[in-house]
Order: sequence, then C-alpha cells, then structure tokens
Amino acid sequence: MNLGLHLLSLVTFFPLVGVLVILFLNDQQKTAIRWTALLTTLATFGLSLLVLLQFSTSNPDLQLVERATWVNIGGGEISYFLGVDGLSILLLLLTTFLTPIAILSTWDAVQDRVKGFMIFFLLMEIGMSGVFLAQDLVLFFVFWEFSLVPMYFLIGVWGGPRRIYAAIKFFLYTMAGSILMLVAILWLGLYQGTFSLPDLIAKGGLPATTQLWLFLGFAIAFAVKVPLFPLHSWLPDAHVEAPTAGSVILAGVLLKMGAYGLLRFNLSLFPQASIQLAPWLAAIAVIGILYGAAVAFVQKDMKKLVAYSSVSHLGFVVLGLFALTPSIAIQGSILQMINHGVSTGALFLIVGMIYERRHTREMDRLGGIWKVMPVYGALSLIVILSSIGLPGMNGFVGEFSILLGSFLSTVPYSPWFAGIAALGVILAAVYLLHMFEKVFLGPLNNPENAGLKDLRPREILTLLPLLVMIFWIGLYPKPFFALITPSVAKLAAALQTAAMTSIH
Amino acid sequence: MVPLSYYLMLSAVMFFLGVLGVMLRRNAIIIFMSLELMFNAANLAFVAFALYYHSLSGQIFVFFVMTVAAAEVAVGLALIVAIFRTKHSINVDQLSSLKG
Amino acid sequence: MYFNLAPWVIIFPLIGMVVNLLVGKRLGEIGIGAIASLAAGLSFGVAVLLAFSLAAHPEAVTVQVAEWIPIYTPLGNLALSWAVRVDTLSVTMMLVVAGVGTLIHIYAIGYMHQDVRHNGDPGRFRRFFVYMNLFILAMMVLVSADNYLMTFVGWEGVGLCSYLLIGFWFEKGQDGIGNAKAAKKAFIANRVGDFGFLIAMFLIFSAFGSLRFEDIFSRAAQVAQAQPGIILAITLFMLLAVTGKSAQLPLYVWLPDAMAGPTPVSALIHAATMVTAGVYLVARSNALYSLAPVAQNTVAWVGAATALFAATIAVAQYDIKKVLAYSTISQLGFMVAAVGMGAFAAGMFHLVTHAFFKGLLFLSAGSVIQGVEHGEKHTGAAHGSAEASFDPQDMRNMGGLRSRMKVTFWVYLAGALALAGIFPLAGFFSKDEILAEAMQLNQPGVLVFLVLAAFLTAFYMGRQVFMVFFGKARSDPAAHAQENPPLMTLPLVALAVLSVIGGALNLPGVHTLETWLEHTIGGLQPAEFILPLALLALAVALLGIFLAWSLYGRSPLKHGQVDPLSKTLGPVFRGMERKWWVDEFYGKLVIGPYHALAGLLAQPVDQGVIDAAGNGLGTLTQGLSAWLRRVQTGFVRSYALAVLAGGVVILAYIIFR
Repeated sequence: MNLGLHLLSLVTFFPLVGVLVILFLNDQQKTAIRWTALLTTLATFGLSLLVLLQFSTSNPDLQLVERATWVNIGGGEISYFLGVDGLSILLLLLTTFLTPIAILSTWDAVQDRVKGFMIFFLLMEIGMSGVFLAQDLVLFFVFWEFSLVPMYFLIGVWGGPRRIYAAIKFFLYTMAGSILMLVAILWLGLYQGTFSLPDLIAKGGLPATTQLWLFLGFAIAFAVKVPLFPLHSWLPDAHVEAPTAGSVILAGVLLKMGAYGLLRFNLSLFPQASIQLAPWLAAIAVIGILYGAAVAFVQKDMKKLVAYSSVSHLGFVVLGLFALTPSIAIQGSILQMINHGVSTGALFLIVGMIYERRHTREMDRLGGIWKVMPVYGALSLIVILSSIGLPGMNGFVGEFSILLGSFLSTVPYSPWFAGIAALGVILAAVYLLHMFEKVFLGPLNNPENAGLKDLRPREILTLLPLLVMIFWIGLYPKPFFALITPSVAKLAAALQTAAMTSIH
Repeated sequence: MVPLSYYLMLSAVMFFLGVLGVMLRRNAIIIFMSLELMFNAANLAFVAFALYYHSLSGQIFVFFVMTVAAAEVAVGLALIVAIFRTKHSINVDQLSSLKG
Repeated sequence: MYFNLAPWVIIFPLIGMVVNLLVGKRLGEIGIGAIASLAAGLSFGVAVLLAFSLAAHPEAVTVQVAEWIPIYTPLGNLALSWAVRVDTLSVTMMLVVAGVGTLIHIYAIGYMHQDVRHNGDPGRFRRFFVYMNLFILAMMVLVSADNYLMTFVGWEGVGLCSYLLIGFWFEKGQDGIGNAKAAKKAFIANRVGDFGFLIAMFLIFSAFGSLRFEDIFSRAAQVAQAQPGIILAITLFMLLAVTGKSAQLPLYVWLPDAMAGPTPVSALIHAATMVTAGVYLVARSNALYSLAPVAQNTVAWVGAATALFAATIAVAQYDIKKVLAYSTISQLGFMVAAVGMGAFAAGMFHLVTHAFFKGLLFLSAGSVIQGVEHGEKHTGAAHGSAEASFDPQDMRNMGGLRSRMKVTFWVYLAGALALAGIFPLAGFFSKDEILAEAMQLNQPGVLVFLVLAAFLTAFYMGRQVFMVFFGKARSDPAAHAQENPPLMTLPLVALAVLSVIGGALNLPGVHTLETWLEHTIGGLQPAEFILPLALLALAVALLGIFLAWSLYGRSPLKHGQVDPLSKTLGPVFRGMERKWWVDEFYGKLVIGPYHALAGLLAQPVDQGVIDAAGNGLGTLTQGLSAWLRRVQTGFVRSYALAVLAGGVVILAYIIFR
C-alpha cells in the first residue's frame, strides 16, 4: 500500500471526514451523528494501529516522517513536519484508543446539541494527535492551541452549573503558560534559523543561561498543563464541570500533553538546563504527589477527588522524567502516562456512570452501592486498585520503575525524592479506599440508592477495553517497553553527554 | 511651473478640513464626505509627488486609493442605511453602544 | 522430576477462580465449592509432587514462565521475569498454604452455606470462593517468586484478598460500616509496611543491581564487606514490611479488626498463611539478615515484645475470635523472634505447626459461633426478637457447649493444648525449639519474654476453653447450640490430627524439617534439646492452665458476672481489656493529624491561597480594565481626535528626532 507515505497526516486529519459527514446531518438525527463519530474514531484508531504496524521498534529516530516547507520567516523555516518515535507512539495510540471510548460513554449522557458535541470531539482528536506527531515547534504550537478550543466549548456548553467559570479558567491558565512558550519558540527558531525539532537538537550549542530561560518558558507552559503544583488549580474546576467524556479526554490525553512536552522539548532541547533544574522540578513533583494525595483525601465530590488524584499521579510522571539517567525512570514515566490515561479515564467513566443514575457525585449521599450494583462495584474496584498501583495491574509497573529509577538517579537528592514519593503510594491507598468505602461499601442508608440499576451492556463495553489494558500492562508490559526503549536510550545518551560536558 | 510646496499646502489644507469635519460634525454622511476629502488630499499629494519625481507609482497608487474609497463608500453607505433603519438616526453621538 | 509442573500451583487456583467467576452462577453452591476446593487441592497435589522431586534432587530449580518488566538502558537494566522458584523453603510454604487451604475450602462450603443465609445474601457464596482462590493464587505467587518484586506482587495480592475478605460483609459491623473500615485499616497498615518493602527493594537494587534472589544472596557477603550500612538499611526496612504483614509491633493493630471477615478467612488468611508471609520473608532473606546482627537483634526483640504484648491483651478479651487474633499476633511474635535470632528452621517449624493448630482453632471457633447462631435462630423463633443485640461471638454468652458440640469440643481442646505447648502435641515441640534456640544463641532477654508469653498463652487458652465449653450455658442460644454437619467437622478432625502429630516434622534429634530446609537456608544449626528448659516450658504451660482452671473452671462464670480476673488485677485488667489504648493512641497521633493537615491543605491552602492567587490575578485584571474602560467614551469624534493626536505625535517624533 502506498498509504504509508502520508499515514501520519491521515491519522491526524481523518476525523475531519467525520466532521464533514456530521455537518450534513440534521441535529435531530442523534443516533446517526453518534454512529458517525464512533465509526470515524474507530477508523482513526485502526489507522493508528497501521502506524504501529509500520513502526520499527529497533529504530530510535523519527519514523514515517512527512515534511514540507510551510512558511519562511525572518530566516527561520517553518515546516509541516510530522513524525513518530518511541516517545510519542504510545501517546498517539492512547489518544486514538480513548476517543472512541469517550464517545461511546456519551451515548446516553449527551442528549443536547449532539451535533456540536461530536464535531468538537472530533476536532479535538485532530489537535491531540497533532500535538504528539508535530516535529516542528510552530506546528506543535498550532496543534497545542488548537486542542484547547474544542475542550473550551465542551466544558463551557455541555458542562455543569459553573461551566463558564471553569471553561474560562481552563482556557486562561493554559493560554498564560502558552504565551511564554510562544516567546521561547520564536526566540529559539529565529536564533537558530529553523523551527524543526530534530534540526534544533542537532544544532544545539545554546549558551547555558539562554537554555535556562528557554527551558523555563517551555516548562511553565507544560507545568500548567500537567499540572504541576502550584499551577493545578484550574484542573479540579475543569474536571468537576466537564461532561464525563470531556473529563476522560482531559485526564486521559490533555494532561499527558504537558508531560510529553517536558519530555520531548525540555529534555531534548535543553539538556544542560534540564540537568541543572532537575532537582527543583523533581522536588516540585514530589510536593505535588503528597499535596494532591492529601487534598484528594478530604474532598466530598468524587470527581474532585479523582481530579486531585491526577495531580498526585502526574507528580510521579514528572518525577520520573527528571530523574534523567539511568533512564529506567523515564521509561516508567512514559508508561505511567499511558497507565494514568487508562486508569483515570476509567475512573471518570465510573464516576460518570453513577452520576447519570443519581445526578450527584457527593459521596455522603451515596454508600452501599455495591449491594445494588454488583457488576459496577466489582469493575470499579478493579479500576480503583489499578489507580492505587496494586502489583499485577498497570499502575504498579509504571510507579515502580519511576521510583526505582529516581532512587538510582544521579540527580542530587533523588534517593530522598524517591523515598518521600513512595509515601504517596500509601496515601493513594488512603484516599482511594476512602472513596470506595464511602460510595460502594457500608449499608444502603439512602433510599434513593436502593433502586439503582446495574450496568447496561453498553457501559460494560465502554469499560472493557480499559480493563484489558489494565491487566495487559500490569502482567505483560514487554511490548510497551519495546516501543519505548530505543528512543529513550537515545535521549538518555544525549543527556549523558550533556552531563559530561557540563562537568568539564 | 507650480512649485511642489503649493500642491502640498493645498493637500494639507484639504486634509485638515477633512479632519475637522470628522471631528466636529455629527451627521454620519458629512463625516463620510470629510473622510473622502482626506482621501483626496492624500491623492493630491501622491499625484504631486509623482509629477515631481517623474514616477508613475504615485499615479497608480491614486487609482488604488480611489478604488478602495469607492468600495468603502459602498460598504459605509450601506452601513449607514442599516443603522438608520434600526436607530432612526445617523447622529454619531447617539451611537455609543461601544461605550466602555 | 516434576519441576516443570511448578507454575501449575499458581495456574490451578487461577482456573478455579475464572471458572467460578464466569459460570459459577449456574453451578450451585456445591458446584462452586467443589471447583474452588478442587483448584486448591490440585495445587496441593502439585506441591506434593514438587516436594517428592526435591527429595530426590534438593537443589533449587527456577522455572521461567514469561518476561515481565524488561527495561534496558545504557546505564543499568531492570529485567524481571515471572518465574517460579522451587526449593525446599518455597515448597514448604506451598504445602502449608495449599494443604491447610484445601481443608479450609472444604470447611467453608459448609460454613458459608449457613453464613450467607445468616447475613441475608446467598448470592455472595460464589464471590467468597472466587476471593479464596484468588488468595491461594496470590499466596502461591508470593512464596514461589524468584525475585523480590514478584514476591511483592504476591505480598500485595494477599493484602488485597485480605481487604476483600475482611470487608466481605461490607454492610455489616459497627454502624454498618465497621467491617469496611476494618478492611481499609488492614490494607493501609499493610501499605505502610509495603512502603518499607519498596524502599528495601530500591536499596537492594542499588547495591546489587538486581532483584533476583540468586544474584543477591550469592553476592551478599561481598556487598556487606564493601557497604555494611546498606545491608542494615535493607534489613531494617524489610522489617517494617514484616511488621505490617505479620502483624508485629507497631503495625499489628489491623489484625484484631480483621476478625470482621468470615471465620474461614480468619483461619486461612489471618492465622495460617498470609500473616506468616513476614516470617517467610525473613527466612527467605536469611543471607541478608545473617550479615546484619543489629537488624537481627531488632527483629528478635520486635518479635519477643510482640509475643508478650499481644498475649497480655488476649487475656482480657471476651470475643472468641479476638482472643485467637491476639494469640495469633503473639505466636507470630514467637516466629519472628525465632527467625530474627537466626533460628530460621525453628521459626519455619513453628509456622507450620501454628498453621495447623491455629487454623484448627479458628475453624472450631467458627463452628462454635455457627452452633450458637443456630441456637439463636431456634430461640429467636420462640421468643421473638427479644435479644436483638445478641453477640454470638461473645464468650460471656457461651458456656457448657462441651455436651452440645462434642466434636467441636474435642478438636478445640486438641488445638488449645497444642497452642499452649503441652507435650506431645505439635506446639510443644515447635515452641520448645524456639526457646532452646534463644538459650543457645544467647538471647536471655528474648527467652524471658517468650517464656512469659508462653505462660500467658496457656492461661488465656485455658480461660477460653473453660468459658466456652465448661460450666452451664449463660444464654438461651448457647443452651440450644447445635453441632455442625460433617462437611465442616471432617476438616476439623483432619487438622486436629495434624495438630497432634505435627511435632513429628522436626523431632529433637531427628530434625527432618531442618535438614530439608538446609538445602535452601545455609548455616543452620540444629537446636539441641535442652531437657530442663523443655520441662520448664511445660511446667509454665501447666501452671497457666491450672490458674485458668482455678479462676474460670472451678467455679464457672455466671450470667452477667464480671470477669474474676478484673478483681485481682484491677486497672491492669482494664488496660488489657481496652487493648492498652493503642488504637486510640494512633487515632490521636496519626489519623487525627493527617485529617487536620489534609483539611488545612484543601481549604485554607488550596482554595484560600493557590486558587485565590489565580482568581486574584483575574480580579486584578478586571479592576484595571474597569478603570481603563473609561477611555472608551462611545463618541466617535473623540476617537477621531485621539487618532489625530496619535498621528501628530508620531509625525512630530519622526520630524524632530
């Protein structure tokens, strides 16, 4: 097949086909609209599997590259430049995997303005795939900002009672960070004469102070997105107000864009600054782990609890990234991004399912649900345990490699960071089991909960792929590591060289 | 031959009259005409310079300006008509919806 | 040679679990129970075959199953496999787990049949056996691992099963949430221990570059020479894990609450197998502990202190299962003290015999409870709901069950005597071996603690037997108690036989178990049989029983009478009864402050500072804009004036610069 030439563009822009079809449908043809969106995203997932098929695990460099000059400005060349490597392939797959699941979860939940909802959802998939595939800074920035807009509307139109506040907060926080990144991108591109990431990495040679400033420019943008403590306060509001599918994508993919950015841009472009600032970022990450866990524990709203748990979990990811060498932790971090997408995505689906039935997420008004909804209870338990990081499930593999990697890391104080972060493992059990107890265990005191119906087959189908991933990654993560390893090894070698040169 | 400065003087006077018209009159149509006056002042300066430098660019530019002015008048008058229909007035002081 | 069968010890329970999960609903109770028991039994069969193979070929064999975590980096690899390690130590554990496990599965068919009806949800019968098979699976993973991380998988896996089974009746217990809270407490206390395990693994990996047992133990001495501190750190952090899982000071608090689970669970998980995982871990890591005398001493002292401490609490409990729970903690203290002193074989020996007699005691206690429950139903039908708050586990409500539940009484007696260490029952030999080792290894302090604990053990077991079985019934349900069906009593008899003859495993002078374990644990010294010490231990035990008889046997407790011991001991008894206020202490010291801190972070800090900072920036901008908006007058002509002024300024700048 000659498709291979433009496979990445095809994956990225395929959802446009669905958008086009939906535009011709009447807003009242809800089922048709839903099926179109679902089939489009499934096809996109199929295409991304085709990418996986063509992807060579032995090659650490960018693959399936597509490159064309786009604009020449002030001596800097901006190109349309897509490529995939070990750092991004899993995230691309995560995006195309979660989107159909999220759409399936809206089947009953979204009845209002289905047409607009699905169009925004498909547009968002374009933005997200683009972010993970773009290898040109400007193109990356375009996709980065583009992915913001559909989410803004998903929260602002289909959200809860305080949706406008949450949507604007989400937008402004991210934008404020992005501005700094834009300045850094422009400076870097004009200084080096190119905006292409591989060329920039190859050129290198930035003075240490410059690296530091540019690093901060990028890092703040990404830290807002991750979100790192103390820039996280948009996240609970956005999650609480967003519709379930929006939360799934927000937690599952959008947050990963921040962590991915740190990995792809900060570590690759500014190795010296990374080494210099690694202890600081790791410390912030550790604070975030403990802080998120403690704050999650006292939340009364299930969604807020899960939102703060994301702050804690993403802390692990960032800690792993800035453990630098040996790159066990970085590999763990990449896997943990996938794990968090799967587990937290599933958690939000679960919260959504109970919300659809009871129209409340207040844990005090729930309780004893397991008795009336046994299947729901069992599946929720599995997801919660995976989020706790129980061995044999996905979370553990990631968390353990991150903690072990940062324990061994050469970054100053990192064994202490790892040791303190390991306390987060205890605290995760505290807040998640607290939630499980409040919602599922105990007697059925509230008569409103007595008549709840157990999960419908469609809902089980929504969760099933995620459950499969939970156990697959937990029990046999080898194929996943095989995809990651070569590219990370290359990155680690670059960091190693940078460390050597910065000593001399 | 008339010196360049005469032309420029005339152009400046025309421009200034236009400015005063825009700033002092309240009728949107008059303001519009004052705007045209300013355009023409600019055109006059263009033509004068073209003659002075023996270059055609200035003359060509005048054509551009006139085209744009024509287009602008078409749009502007349409706007004024539309405003008059809804507000029953073309007094610009009464059109202050954009007041902060 | 059957070594290749080794993975099946894990696979059989897995199959049983999956079958029951998928088609259990159609099988009926007998079918479900049969499949689950068969799964455990087949697992036991495989373990027996492995034991035979090892008898012929005692060298450890590792069977690779699959690669698990392969992280290769230029500066170090983390490469681990799913692999089953077959050696004398792991097979000993497998035999105990699957053997006792199978008996308990069979017993549970009968027990749960009644229990699910008593608690009003027969649908949960299947769930119980799914959990039980999952537990056998996890426990097998734990004991058969060939690296620490896989051990950890089993370690947390059994913790999960413990969580699920303690909270099996999650809508029951105090205020309806008591059981669920007990389950959470168990999981979190264990997680604190697991934190120690994690750190120990990090330290091991940083010192040895591997988590595989073989790599670590073969190079332990070398590393100890280079970095003596690291071995100490490893072993101490591992001790934290042990105190969590094996319910030692200071993390033991979860085990008494864990009695909220159905009784077969208490027998299997919280007495016979899971809680001994800590002892197994120390025995498994013997190569490391032998190199860190300080850690060894610490372990021994933790064990000895726990043994005595828990025994004092057991003396003053009224709940039949709580007595056994504290007794378990105390006996685990014996084992931990043994392995801490370096007497690994003695510790393992006690582990095995304890699995027999404590499993037996719990199961018989379950039999007693159901007998009384049966009586309760009987009388409840006669009297209406007169005694709504009747507690079928409270020993003050029992008495005189000897004649009504004959089989249960005799097996209970066997178990109690074995636990008290009466010659020639299993407990006598295993406990005596630990005491002898303490003497031989020159640990007089530990010895004194353990002997005192042994005295208390005999006393509280005597108290329990007299209170439950002797005298007259102190309540109507007890008077109408009924013996249980053979499905439940037969496993009891089997375990009773094991409790009686279990000592033969490692008779003084023969040391079968010791020789067997020596293939895996190097440097074992068989304990000498010290006759005076053995006689002393026996005398102490008899004294304890005599004292119990004089207080509770000679003049049996009457209905509503206060415990005679409380008169003699006064406030000390009250302390023991209230468990020395340890739970309250933790509540004040740990749980309360964490709640307060989390509340502080969530409201004043997160909402009041961090979120407010963001929103404050927004408000500031709004204020600024509100001020600036006045510039927009809405008069087109003033805008034009501004444009003109701007133009003039720019022109002026260009001209006059």
